[in-house]
Amino acid sequence: MNINVMFKKKKPKQEKISPGLQPQDPHRISKEISTNGSPLIRMEAKELTVKYGTVTGVRNISLPIYNEKVTALIGPSGCGKTTFLRALNRMHDLTPNATVTGEVLLDGNNIYVPRMNPVTIRRKVGMVFQKPTPFPTMSIYDNVVAGLKLVGIRNRALLSEVCERALRQAALWDEVKDRLGSPGGSISGGQQQRLSIARALAIEPEVILMDEPTSSLDPLSSSKIEDLINELKQKYAIVIVTHNMQQAARVSDNTGFFYVGDLVEFGPTDKLFTNPSHKRTEEYLTGKFG
Amino acid sequence: MEVLSKGDIKTASHSPVLSKPLPAIYRWLGDRIFLTVAVTLGLSIIFLAGAMAWVLIDDGSMAFREFGIIGFLTGTTWDPGVNFTFGALPFIFGTVVTSVVALGLAFFPAVAVAIVIAEYAPRWLSKIIETLVHLIAAIPSVVVGIWGIFVFAPWMRETVYMPIYSWAAESHPSLLPILGNPIGYGMTTATIILALMIVPFTTALTRNAIHQVPKEQREAARALGATRWEVIRMAVLPYARGGILAGAILSLGRAVGETMAVAMLIGNKNTFPFSIMGPAATMPSVIINEFREAVGNLHLSSLMAIGLVLFVIAIIVNLIAAYITRKLSITGGQGI
Repeated sequence: MNINVMFKKKKPKQEKISPGLQPQDPHRISKEISTNGSPLIRMEAKELTVKYGTVTGVRNISLPIYNEKVTALIGPSGCGKTTFLRALNRMHDLTPNATVTGEVLLDGNNIYVPRMNPVTIRRKVGMVFQKPTPFPTMSIYDNVVAGLKLVGIRNRALLSEVCERALRQAALWDEVKDRLGSPGGSISGGQQQRLSIARALAIEPEVILMDEPTSSLDPLSSSKIEDLINELKQKYAIVIVTHNMQQAARVSDNTGFFYVGDLVEFGPTDKLFTNPSHKRTEEYLTGKFG
Repeated sequence: MEVLSKGDIKTASHSPVLSKPLPAIYRWLGDRIFLTVAVTLGLSIIFLAGAMAWVLIDDGSMAFREFGIIGFLTGTTWDPGVNFTFGALPFIFGTVVTSVVALGLAFFPAVAVAIVIAEYAPRWLSKIIETLVHLIAAIPSVVVGIWGIFVFAPWMRETVYMPIYSWAAESHPSLLPILGNPIGYGMTTATIILALMIVPFTTALTRNAIHQVPKEQREAARALGATRWEVIRMAVLPYARGGILAGAILSLGRAVGETMAVAMLIGNKNTFPFSIMGPAATMPSVIINEFREAVGNLHLSSLMAIGLVLFVIAIIVNLIAAYITRKLSITGGQGI
């Protein structure tokens, strides 16, 4: 793909962090894609910087998120993967001291302009967290339709229809269809995580952000979630933060490598894993650090 | 390999810390001493509680023998002057009504304050509010009582009781016995003061319960597109409900036992029936008002019996709180 070629080029930047850690020119990325008829860019970060007070979380990140593709973010702990992910649906809004500069485009519109309502954005950009987060006092059914009830949908036929569809999409329907009324906390951890995914799917988002969705699960549940991600990418754009490089290699189409707040390298997963352009990436992938 | 490890051991044994290990006898002795002290103190707490219960039972038994347990609990006459008949029902009624109504008055404002502190206010503001709430809790009961006597009760009489009373006297004279004598010192005044006194307590317990809601729960709700209030309604309050309810019950226990301010403001009338605005009495208030004059054995024994009833009610309230905490608190929802 041409992207690879393009990613090898480096552009000088205002502040130099360390040699070999420059971000790519975002405008060139979108141009390449549109002329080539490559997959549609669903979201795009442009020179995104997130600071906590004076501490920089991520610096000048420019990254496209393609529709119907899985984008994996890898890198050592504390290098800003989650910080970047949370900037994509304005989850930093309520974090005290957090400031976001730069742009995040969702279908071409910057989500950080004041007239954009974060509540609307979060309905389009769903999120699944590291730990399963079912609402423990709600039933499985109520958990799934919680997002719909928030927007005022009360039609019971519609709600149960959406509930079944979302649970089927999350590959959980067969396991829980007989006990939709039991509490969300009563099922196993892996099932709870799939319930969290079903809940995110029920509001029909365009993008699903997953923050280490399998890190607290056993291998069997993890592989179920990975299968699920492969299913879901036929309909959604998926961004997944993972510490597990094999997982990134298995599920993702594109991979971004983060290192101390910078996006070191971004490109198709097979290319990045077999022939990384940067020394840092190679060192990380081969286990020299991280 | 072997040589290396031997060398390691040698260097280790030369280090100053490991070269002189403590003699085993010291460690054994220390263990023993700690165990003895801990067990003694632990047992003495149980012994103290048992002894207190025994004194109350023993000293109150005369009243129970005289009137029967049921008779004492349901007796409506408390006459220490002439007939020496003692029934505890007026005080049980007074305690239950004042504390339950006080909790009802205090609960929603307290939860609201806790939500503001925990969810809405910026950190500096919630610090200030929290400090103020703690200050209110730190005001000695007797100070609240004297403020009630000189400021609150007269104000209530002038602005609330008198207008209601005159209105009732003009248009609905049948209500007068229910409303009672509007002297300012009575059940309503005491209940409102009691509510004020438990608000800080309920607030602190509710705030603790809200603080224990994991961040992930809030974020999960927010990621679904919930607004601030929807996050609270959907994720925070349901998760914290066990803690909030247990806090309410513990506040009730506090209101049941509150003595000084209530005794100063309730008017202390020992005879049934009580009226809304008129004077009444509670279990703690009758004990504190009469123990000095209780010269008769039966009178003293009856006060002790009331103390026992109060003790049992306090235990039951705390057990209910513990049960609710266990039953309703969220376990297993997050763990795997």
